[in-house]
Amino acid sequence: MTEPTALTIAEARDALKAKTLSAGELTEAYISAIEAANGALNAYVAVTPDKARAMAKASDERIAKGEAGALEGIPLGIKDLFATEGVHTQACSHILDKFEPRYESTVTSNLWSAGAVMLGKLNMDEFAMGSSNETSYYGPVKNPWRKTGSNVDLVPGGSSGGSAAAVAAHLCAGATATDTGGSIRQPAAFTGTVGIKPTYGRCSRWGIAAFASSLDQAGPIARDVKDAAILLKTMASTDAKDTTSVDRDVPDYEAAVGRSVKGLKIGIPKEYRVERMPEEIEALWQKGIEWLKDAGAEIVDVSLPHTKYALPAYYIVAPAEASSNLARYDGVRYGLRVPGENIADMYEKTRAAGFGREVKRRIMIGTYVLSAGYYDAYYLKAQKVRTLIKRDFETVYADGIDALLTPATPSAAFGIADQDMASDPVKMYLNDIFTVTVNMAGLPGLAVPGGLSQDGLPLGLQLIGRPFDEETLFSVGSAIEKAAGRFTPKKWW
Amino acid sequence: MSVDAATVRRVAKLARIAVSEDDVPAIETELNAILGFVEQLGEVDVADVEPMTSVTPMAMKKRKDGVTDGDKADDIVANAPASEDHFFMVPKVVE
Repeated sequence: MTEPTALTIAEARDALKAKTLSAGELTEAYISAIEAANGALNAYVAVTPDKARAMAKASDERIAKGEAGALEGIPLGIKDLFATEGVHTQACSHILDKFEPRYESTVTSNLWSAGAVMLGKLNMDEFAMGSSNETSYYGPVKNPWRKTGSNVDLVPGGSSGGSAAAVAAHLCAGATATDTGGSIRQPAAFTGTVGIKPTYGRCSRWGIAAFASSLDQAGPIARDVKDAAILLKTMASTDAKDTTSVDRDVPDYEAAVGRSVKGLKIGIPKEYRVERMPEEIEALWQKGIEWLKDAGAEIVDVSLPHTKYALPAYYIVAPAEASSNLARYDGVRYGLRVPGENIADMYEKTRAAGFGREVKRRIMIGTYVLSAGYYDAYYLKAQKVRTLIKRDFETVYADGIDALLTPATPSAAFGIADQDMASDPVKMYLNDIFTVTVNMAGLPGLAVPGGLSQDGLPLGLQLIGRPFDEETLFSVGSAIEKAAGRFTPKKWW
Repeated sequence: MSVDAATVRRVAKLARIAVSEDDVPAIETELNAILGFVEQLGEVDVADVEPMTSVTPMAMKKRKDGVTDGDKADDIVANAPASEDHFFMVPKVVE
C-alpha cells in the first residue's frame, strides 16, 4: 500500500470513503512523519498529537455513521497566525508568549466543521512580515528542497514558510496560510507547491492576527491544484463577524479543475519583464505561454503601466496599517510584559523586547508615514497610486482578458542568512515584486509550479484573475499543472 | 525626505518602542533606505485620482446595535500577564 502521507487530499478522501484507510491511521502516519522530520525542518512550532487523535477518532465515527464532511479525516497544518482555541497562537512573535485564545478563527472553524483534523501550528515570519521565514521568533524553517548535489539549507520563502515546507515535505495533507503581499504565493513557488490568495473578502479575517487589514487574505497551500480548490471551498465563507467578508455563495471550485481553457484570453503584462530578471525565469514564463497556447487559450500582450509603483506603495500602506494594528500589543491584556518604572516605560520595554527587528522597523516606518505633516505626502499618495494600480487591471479585464500569466517570483529559493538580503531590507522586499500588485488591487492570485531551475529548485508561475473568479484560476492552473507535472523534493531530512 | 537621529527617537517614542542610543544609527540607515525606495512614487501623477478606501466595491455592512455576546470575563482576562478580580493590573497611572 502507498504510504498514507503520500496521498493528496483528493486521494485520501477516496481511500477514507472506500474504507481502505481510517482517519486514525492517516493521522498517525502524519504524527510519525512530523516527529521524524520537524527537528530538521522546523516547520511546526507546536504539534497537537492528542487533539489530532481525538479529532481523527471523531472523524472515523462520523464516517462509520455515513455523516462524513467535505474534509472528513484530512490532517491539516495551521499557520500560527490563526486563532485556535486553547492552542499555541503567537504569530511566531515573542510578544504573544503563551497566548492561547479562548476562541477559534472563522477559517479554522469552517475546516473543523467539515471534519478536518488539526496536526499543529506552523512556523511563519513574525506577524507575517517577511519573505524568508527568518523573522520568526522560533527560528527559520528549512526548505525541503536543496540544489542538486548541494547540502546548503535554503529558505522556504515567507511569510507562510512553515505551511509551504510542511506541505512539500508531506508533514500535512494541506495547510492554511495568509497573504498580505505574496506570503502564500512566494513560498508556494519556492517549494513546488500550489497556493492561492483568493479575492479580498472571500475568506473571513476574523480570528487571524491582523497585519495590514486592507491587504490580508487567507488561503490554502496544497500539493496540487485540485487540493487547493478543495481546501478553499471550505475555508471561504460569508461571515457576519468580518464586515469586509463578501455576501456571495462559495462556488464549487473543484468542478473548475480540469475544465477546458479553450478560447480563454490570457494576458501577458509586459511590465513584469523586469530588469536583470534571470534567464530561467523568462524561459519558464515562455514555457507557460506555450502550454496555454497548446491548451487552446489565446495569448494577448497587455500593459499594466503602474506595476513598478506597487511595491513602493505597498511599503507605505502595509506598515501604516501594521503600526495601527500592532498597537494592541502593549503587555496589558495578553502575552509578554516587561516591567517598567511607569506604564509608558512598561509599554516601551515590552514592545522593544517582544517585537523582532523587522516588525519594529515596519511599525516605525508606519508611524512615520502616518505622523503629522507626512500623512498626505506618503499615505494618501500611496492610496491614490493604489487606485491607479487597480484601474490598470480593470482596464485589461474590460478588454476581455480572463486571466493574466506572470512569473511568481524573480528567483528560486535563496540561502538561509543570505548576506545580500541581510544587508539591505529593500532587497528582501523585492521578492514580492510580482505578487504585491495583486494584494494592492484585491484580486485573486494562484501560484503553480512550472518546472525546476538549472540547479534543480522549483520555480512557480502566477495566474491573476478577475475579482471573485477563482474558478478560472483553478482551470487555467490545472492546465499548467497537466503540462508541467508535479514536483516533490528528494528526502534528505 | 529623510530621517535624522532626532526623528528616529521621536518616531520610536510615538510607536512606544524603547530604542537604545547604540541602535539609533542603524535604524536611521534602514528607515532611510526604505524611504528612499518609496520616493519613486513622486514620479506618479495623481492629480484628480481618488485615494482607495475599499479594494472591493461593496457597501459597508451594518449590524443592529445590540448585545450579542457577554459574560466572558474569565475568558477575557485568561491570557493577561497580571489580573485581579477580572481587572487587568497595570503600574499606577494616577497619583
